[in-house]
Amino acid sequence: MNSWPSAFLWLADPVNWAGPGGIPTRVGEHLLYTLVTLLIGVIIAVPAGLAIGHTGRGRGIAVQASGVLRALPTLGLLLLLALWLGIGFTPPLIVMVALALPPLLAGAYAGMDAVDRQTIDAARSIGMTGWQVLFQVELPLALPLVIGGIRSGCLQVIATWTVAAYLPLGGLGRYIYDGLAVQNYAEMLGASVLVIVLALLADGLFALVQRLVVPRGVLAGRSRDVRTRTPRRSASSTPSTTAG
Amino acid sequence: MIEFRSVTKRFPDGTVAVRDFSLVIPSRRITVLVGSSGSGKTTILRMINRMVDPTSGTIEIDGDDIAGIEPVGLRRGIGYVMQNAGLLPHRRVADNIATVPVLRGVRRKDARARALELMDTVGLDRSLAERYPSQLSGGQQQRVGVARGLAVDPNILLMDEPFGAVDPLVRAELQRELLRLQRDLDKTVVFVTHDIDEALLLGDQIVIFTTGGIVAQAGTPQEILAAPADEFVARFVGADRGKRALHVREQNGRPVVVDSEGRAAGVLVPDDAGLGARAGDGSPADGSAPGGRPEPARDGGAR
Ligand SMILES: Nc1ncnc2c1ncn2[C@@H]1O[C@H](COP(=O)(O)OP(=O)(O)O)[C@@H](O)[C@H]1O
Ligand SMILES: [Mg+2]
Repeated sequence: MNSWPSAFLWLADPVNWAGPGGIPTRVGEHLLYTLVTLLIGVIIAVPAGLAIGHTGRGRGIAVQASGVLRALPTLGLLLLLALWLGIGFTPPLIVMVALALPPLLAGAYAGMDAVDRQTIDAARSIGMTGWQVLFQVELPLALPLVIGGIRSGCLQVIATWTVAAYLPLGGLGRYIYDGLAVQNYAEMLGASVLVIVLALLADGLFALVQRLVVPRGVLAGRSRDVRTRTPRRSASSTPSTTAG
Repeated sequence: MIEFRSVTKRFPDGTVAVRDFSLVIPSRRITVLVGSSGSGKTTILRMINRMVDPTSGTIEIDGDDIAGIEPVGLRRGIGYVMQNAGLLPHRRVADNIATVPVLRGVRRKDARARALELMDTVGLDRSLAERYPSQLSGGQQQRVGVARGLAVDPNILLMDEPFGAVDPLVRAELQRELLRLQRDLDKTVVFVTHDIDEALLLGDQIVIFTTGGIVAQAGTPQEILAAPADEFVARFVGADRGKRALHVREQNGRPVVVDSEGRAAGVLVPDDAGLGARAGDGSPADGSAPGGRPEPARDGGAR
């Protein structure tokens, strides 16, 4: 308990904000690791998830693979790969990508699932090709949930890169392992606070993006529903549409 | 002209939706496929634009077997209107209408300008052009669906229960407008419904289905009402009862037509309007002469 004040003292100490091991550098490393992980994860999982959603095939395999990936013990896998491939950036990167894949994949095909079959059927009926249906109809409508998948993947990745500093690597986990070695609880707790803040900021950013990508027509429909359900309708709502 | 020759459709699960179906659908007329739910109407309609391919038999449009026509191109040349309008929820009304022309390479600006004209055609206020489908009433959405179906000026318009989900008053209005539109546009319309009243109102030709895509009777409304092929058709069109079983009763020396319950349905007048004037055509705002369809100098092809 009495570690908290010292943790904030550690955070406030200008010494910890300077130099190659300083907080800005470590935060930068952590963000870079996270970004690289998400980028690779998105490149693998999102097309796969969209393909599964578009064709309706391969769902069983995707669910099973996600289950297996989720069940992997992160630290064990990390050590195993480090023994295999040696110390460096690659082993933890593989582990982190594996960790990010299930939520990314789930977001992508959940998004595709949420698109009304009738809308897709209509798009095909008027002469859209499969690709046009995918890019002009399914993807825009699925995007909020796709981003949602990236959002939850991002949270996990930010949190878990901390563990990978064990190897040893940079990032905010470095402080935790270094602090542990010399029983500097202020440093450990301070770094944990930074990880949490980073995660919250990233989550907030994705929440914002997620809202921005909801197609306006879908939003418009939603707000109209809300309005018609409200007993007291304001006169400033959309003009009446009785002509049809 | 669209011709079905011994068309059968068996779905992979074994359901035979259409069995040995043959029909000639004349150009520039409204053909209505009517029957209860599950009788194979939608399947037949969707075979015309190759959303469904027949298991056996052939379908020809103006003598060309459509099995040899690439489906995407075929669909872009045929208007399609469906029950819940099937509009793209993330596109504005004008962009929805402009969708197919843009796919066919028309510049978006031109396609949108044309979309506004089409909104006039189907009786939609241009101020709705920037709305999203979810901001329209059901009836307005159907009008947008019709406008989209007309956007490439197709010769063939397929309509699958397009007015099935709107309330009766709006439906009646949309039906009248379709007849008005058809007088001006002269499309080959294939219209699916389960509502016999709608079929009798709209159809130049009516095809009545039992289950499994089996035709109980095909003919003009007059032919079907005058001589129902069997008990099923008679019951289906209600020729034996209610508002369609009419007879003449003298009232103060004048003949009044009454229905089976004795309610007055109308009076008899001399037949001087000719057969071209159909029930339901009496829109007062409409200046064109009854039966006076201009015959445009174009063939009834799909493309
Ligand atoms: N894709 C499909 N797979 C299997 N059966 C189908 C499919 N589409 C339609 N059917 C079946 O074919 C029959 C006719 O359906 P449909 O053409 O939709 O009838 P309608 O439009 O007259 O209601 C129904 O029994 C329906 O369940
Ligand atoms: Mg149907």
